[in-house]
Amino acid sequence: MSDTPVSRVNDFVIKIATVNGTGSASANTLLMKSIFRSGVPVMGKNYFPSNIQGLPTWYEIRVSRDGYVARSGRVDVMVAMNAETYSRDVKEVAPGGYLIYDSTWPRPALLKREDVTVLGVPLARMCNESFNGVRTRILMKNICYAGVLAALLELDLQRIREMLAQTYAKKPHLVESNMQAIQLGYSYAKANFPCPLPLRIEAMDRTAGNILIDGNTAAALGCVFAGATVAAWYPITPSTSLMDAYKAFCERTRVDAASGRRNFAFIQAEDELAAIGMVIGASWNGARAFTATSGPGISLMNEFLGLAYYAEVPAVVFDVQRVGPSTGMPTRTQQCDLMAAAYASHGDTRHVCLYPSNPEECFYMAVQAFDLAERLQTPILVMSDLDIGMNDWMCRDLKWDDAYRPDRGKVLGAAELEPLEKFHRFLDPDGDGIPYRTLPGVSARGAYFARGSGHNQYGTYTEDAAEYQAVVDRLLRKWGTAAKLVPAPVIQASPGIDIGIVSLGSCDGAIREAIDVLGRHGVSVNYMRVRSFPFTEQVGKFLAGHRLLFVVEQNRDAQLRSLLTLETEVAKSKLRSLLHYSGLPISSSFIVAGVLGEIRPPQLQEAKPRLTGGALV
Amino acid sequence: MTFLAKPKVAHPSLPKNAIGLTRRQYEGAISTLCAGCGHDSITAALVEACWGLSLEPQNVVKLSGIGCSSKTTAYFVSGGHGFNSVHGRMPSIAMGANAANRRLSYIGVSGDGDTLSIGLGQFCHAIRRNLDMLYIIENNGVYGLTKGQFSASADIGTKARKGETNYQPPIDPVLLAMTLGAGFVARSFSGDKRQLVPLIEAGLRHKGFALIDVLSPCVTFNDHEGSTKSYAYTREHYEPAVHADFIPPEREITADYPEGEALPVVMHDGSRIVLRKCDASYDPTSRSAASTFIQERMKDGEYLTGLLLLEPSGRDFHDVNATPDEPLNSLPFEKLSPGSKALENILSRYR
Repeated sequence: MSDTPVSRVNDFVIKIATVNGTGSASANTLLMKSIFRSGVPVMGKNYFPSNIQGLPTWYEIRVSRDGYVARSGRVDVMVAMNAETYSRDVKEVAPGGYLIYDSTWPRPALLKREDVTVLGVPLARMCNESFNGVRTRILMKNICYAGVLAALLELDLQRIREMLAQTYAKKPHLVESNMQAIQLGYSYAKANFPCPLPLRIEAMDRTAGNILIDGNTAAALGCVFAGATVAAWYPITPSTSLMDAYKAFCERTRVDAASGRRNFAFIQAEDELAAIGMVIGASWNGARAFTATSGPGISLMNEFLGLAYYAEVPAVVFDVQRVGPSTGMPTRTQQCDLMAAAYASHGDTRHVCLYPSNPEECFYMAVQAFDLAERLQTPILVMSDLDIGMNDWMCRDLKWDDAYRPDRGKVLGAAELEPLEKFHRFLDPDGDGIPYRTLPGVSARGAYFARGSGHNQYGTYTEDAAEYQAVVDRLLRKWGTAAKLVPAPVIQASPGIDIGIVSLGSCDGAIREAIDVLGRHGVSVNYMRVRSFPFTEQVGKFLAGHRLLFVVEQNRDAQLRSLLTLETEVAKSKLRSLLHYSGLPISSSFIVAGVLGEIRPPQLQEAKPRLTGGALV
Repeated sequence: MTFLAKPKVAHPSLPKNAIGLTRRQYEGAISTLCAGCGHDSITAALVEACWGLSLEPQNVVKLSGIGCSSKTTAYFVSGGHGFNSVHGRMPSIAMGANAANRRLSYIGVSGDGDTLSIGLGQFCHAIRRNLDMLYIIENNGVYGLTKGQFSASADIGTKARKGETNYQPPIDPVLLAMTLGAGFVARSFSGDKRQLVPLIEAGLRHKGFALIDVLSPCVTFNDHEGSTKSYAYTREHYEPAVHADFIPPEREITADYPEGEALPVVMHDGSRIVLRKCDASYDPTSRSAASTFIQERMKDGEYLTGLLLLEPSGRDFHDVNATPDEPLNSLPFEKLSPGSKALENILSRYR
């Protein structure tokens, strides 16, 4: 946070600018994982285009000995591999930082900055001399820069070899060629630059008990472990990898070895309308079923979500949010479907939403979503986003309790139906607003007619005012029950502090870091991370207990703030929005700057800080 | 069916089927459709067919979208679950339900608006997946509940009750289903119960997607002169091409079929359908020939009816998906959730 040269062991940010489709992903994963395996906390974020080949792409690796794995908002080392984006990539490097580029072609423009160290490596030339074939040369050029970084950051080459051996277990010749490329870059850097740099990796022991996993994979695991058997979806970025992972895990764990029969149904629907219809049909018929989608899919699913709400059918929907409106930016992240999900469909509808903040929570919330869907007989929307869903996050090991059994909710079987004089679908015998349901194929005594048209508590068609109202009023009682069953917010608070931050989902990491930074500036804040809609009682209490509340979220229109003002008693005047909606994941410096812009702590009034570009300098 | 309440008590002499149930026990709620509506005759045929096949009522699942036709799922087999979903989207509900439990009999009842306009996409894709269900279109060429607009099955030149003429070509579900690879494609008329009942029986026994397009006149909005879907016009122009006799596995073929005319086809469960051709030149086992023949006759204003195409060998959704015989919704949790040890193994790849 000063203009002095960067000299931070295990505390810096590398950004790699490449071209989409050139195989840079494997080089970047290799780098990130080798840092992780050195025991040093690490974050990796992929900023990729909606494109198969040719457009610019970036990968950001943050190394943080303190365990801050959100974006900080600065770049210390830039690997500029894409001529098209050189000029902007150069500008991004923090003073005192480093710029690595392919010096096969002279780039005088790159030398304009005197406050960064420019390191030229003839990557293309070295690879052209060592490898044959255009495609191989391009791929190896990217592996080669990983070798350069390995020398500069003092990464363990043996560890890199082990990882390559694991990745290419079935193609051992690739281990040797990749290692050759690593060695090319490594040797060049060793011979030409003072290695290691002041910012380097030093082994620690802070990643034990952790994994590197993306949220879509973790959510898919949750679906498998929760016993979901019917998966229907229409391909859409950034949710597709969730379905791919579900299928892959099922093929590994759910296929009968003897018969080859698959204990799951995987259906690629013709569109999102059909996908949610299939989920509703399967859930109505007693299977645990789910779909995964993103904003445009949620728009299409609206009518069916209203049906499931009113006909009281369970459903689990993962919304991996991306930038809207409309097609928006499909490969960039936002939290912009909060309102659309909460009130999806026409008429008086409200839906239970869960807000995971990282892959670990995606796993547990996926399981919880199925339990809630069946307990409450209503759709549950798990509101992930592209940042959580598609980036590898360091998080604690996922744990599974073998004693877990699914909560199938209030389902009457043949034996329970037998003594009943008559079964009525929409009565509320328990007073919690949740009726009893039956499944097709079990007993003629339990047969009823599910419908989205007006119905009375006995399940028959009605246009009678009182009968209609009795049912929708009971649905409201069920909503009250939902508020008692959904996960409570996570609150980090100390008495005597009257300023709070309220947020949700993937903002969490950046907020936690920002709170520490603010503390060093003498600003103490409490923090509440909302984890569900409807809001539980604790949410209202936290809001009431603070004088000033910063609502941090990743959309333009302050959708969480809207939900809070609509669904709690909080006074609007107490709420200040900090809105980050560029499509990049929110950074801690953005939050620090936003809070300090509103309240000026005594230390800063003396020091007269400069706020530039959203970052505190 | 009548709109008057029926007596709950059944006469002891009413005939019973193989599982000891009377026809009465396959009926449903009282119809609220117009008196004389073709749809009610189809409902009666469904009651007859389900009774005749001795289906356990709880094993019948009735699915529909929105419209007059879609209401009828409430009017038969009250002992089976029903789902009246959203407009044009019944096939996706059927797909999900069938995926969850492959053992039940799925009957979808739709209309020409529900299937051929708003639901055309889902209809097509249910056929492509060879979803194991009986799909009945109650086809009257008109929107009833919104009072008389043309549907996508209205013929060119047909006149609305208020005199407006339709100039858009119709979508024919029979030809469409043949093109998309359906293995069981039939057309019938709500006024011809003798033809319709065995078709429904056969359709229910067919493994895979079975379509029956039933011309079902709308007495209120499309039964006038100038309509090509009126009772009078249909009676005059429908022409049975193939009779289908449905014979369950336990029954012997007793009828005496003239040589060369009868074509017995064995279904997956051992039951047989004996096709009797009215026209020797029609081939209900050839997709291309059948399709051409139907189109030729259409030019002359004739609706060919009967089991127009039968190709029972197709792989249904579950064959392709390799689902077990046991329904997915009743697999024990232990078979589905891999457990903590497996999770540890999986996580080793993420370290």
